[in-house]
Amino acid sequence: MDIKAGSRLACPECSVELVVVRPPSSAVVLTCGGVEVVDAAADRPGGGHADASGDGTLVGKRYADDDSGIEVLCAKPGPGTLAADGREVPIKGAKPLPSSD
Amino acid sequence: MNLSLLLEMSASTLEDRPAVTSGSRTLSYAQLDAAARRCAAKFLSMGATGVVYCGTNDASFPIAVFGAAYAGLPFIPLNYRLGEEQLQPLVEANRGAVIIAETAKVPGSDPEMVVLRSTLLDASFASASDVELPPFVDPEDVAIVLYTSGTSGTPKAALLRHRHLTAYVIGTVEFAGAEPEQAALVTVPPYHIAGLANLLSNMYSGRRIVYLESFDAQVWLDTLRNERITQAMVVPTMLARVVQHLDGSPADAPTLATLSYGGARMPLPVLEQALELFVGTGFVNAYGLTETSSTIALLGPEDHDAAFAGDPVAKVRLGSVGKVLPGIEVEVRDEDGNVLAVGEPGLVFLRGEQVSGEYDGGSVIDAEGWFPTKDRGWIDGDDYLFIEGRADDTIIRGGENIAPAEIEDVLRRHEAIVDAAVVGIPDDEWGQQIAAVVVLAPGKSVGVDELYDFCQQHLRSSKTPYRIEFRDELPHTPTGKLLRREVLADLLG
Repeated sequence: MDIKAGSRLACPECSVELVVVRPPSSAVVLTCGGVEVVDAAADRPGGGHADASGDGTLVGKRYADDDSGIEVLCAKPGPGTLAADGREVPIKGAKPLPSSD
Repeated sequence: MNLSLLLEMSASTLEDRPAVTSGSRTLSYAQLDAAARRCAAKFLSMGATGVVYCGTNDASFPIAVFGAAYAGLPFIPLNYRLGEEQLQPLVEANRGAVIIAETAKVPGSDPEMVVLRSTLLDASFASASDVELPPFVDPEDVAIVLYTSGTSGTPKAALLRHRHLTAYVIGTVEFAGAEPEQAALVTVPPYHIAGLANLLSNMYSGRRIVYLESFDAQVWLDTLRNERITQAMVVPTMLARVVQHLDGSPADAPTLATLSYGGARMPLPVLEQALELFVGTGFVNAYGLTETSSTIALLGPEDHDAAFAGDPVAKVRLGSVGKVLPGIEVEVRDEDGNVLAVGEPGLVFLRGEQVSGEYDGGSVIDAEGWFPTKDRGWIDGDDYLFIEGRADDTIIRGGENIAPAEIEDVLRRHEAIVDAAVVGIPDDEWGQQIAAVVVLAPGKSVGVDELYDFCQQHLRSSKTPYRIEFRDELPHTPTGKLLRREVLADLLG
């Protein structure tokens, strides 16, 4: 699947939706709860994950995989946990600032 | 990433939380999102190529901004107070765009493309449209076109792409991080980068925005109390008016957690008085440019508190714009492009994902990605950025570089002076000589000789103005930037 900046991705099994902040610099398989994510406009059968272990994916958090360079923003949360080529994708540290505007 | 995603996420997560209040009307996140989508479809059905906004601040502003984003069209806010002569070419340059306007008559417009601002809040507007919104808006597309106020003359169209603005927001704001009772009072104009960045940041954080259509010190103070405002942003001229209006009595704004200021240089005497009057409020100085998608450096509440408590280092830093944001790099260079060491003043260059540096005519970003701000400044040993002013405003007297702001600050410290402008006027002997124009405080008077003595007590003699004149007021841009070229023209004319 072509993953470009701004692309919207979704989990076929759960409610997770993602937006690509930074595309990967090398090919990578991004999964949610072990299932490869799809284009958000594609068919999403739903039904939930067979393996629901992990922390799930939280709305508004950025997930970045250093090895492949991919970074996504979670637009809709869900129980599935993200992995890139099987590596769990960590939340990118937020740097909240005092309100300036 | 597309700007509309910022609202879409808040709407699906926060739903009925109030998003925007103007007058007696409040829209929830879900209502704002629905209105923006409806208007987006309408704009597309009209065949619009852009969305021009030519009006004041109220709930129709966020609807228009996010409506443009949902439609994948550039949003182009114009200063509706401009005279016909200045407004018409800007409207004509955006032919094909729908024009959201205060009144039906907009100079240079196609009447078919004019929509009254109040209509956007009306559910019947666009209700019948069956146009589908684009499923994908490229982050490379232009999201916002801003005509920079420009203290130097003809306005330039700065282009901000979706990726610049979203990089700024997701890099600096925690999604839905605001508590439900938080509310931000906004008085900066919609055609200023601060007004736009403010909207995006507040919507993403889940904070309610309260708009005031025009600024009045008493109304502003009343609104702080009545709407239980927790965050407010002002330009220096507004804070100066509030301080003057309070006349020494406490601001009595118990809910106000943060007061941020920016848009122009803040005179230190105004800031010091404000710190005294707003007890319990944290002050934040934000520095940024249109071309950098707003804020790139912040001086936070701790820095202000330490200065107010008398810490000598913090007092010096009160004159800085604070620390550069994570994700932004800064370099100070000399006229020949050599990178200067800590503490050495020169030209300020910036680099980062939120930095656009692009105009309608092309980009000014160099091969390594650096944007020349054309501001002069320096960095101290702890990464605090000091801005002296626009490089073009620097006075060169007998080979010495003199920042007008330093002299203006001294003049404003005199108890009879409320405003001051310092410019360089051509001089055969020195290249440039320093001239000052001052505005007296109501009911006060002072002689020119006393002002010369006052300057000499506080400045080196080479920085003492050789000419001082009085005026009733000084020319400023809407955000309070001094128009030095007009001051100079006045002195030379």
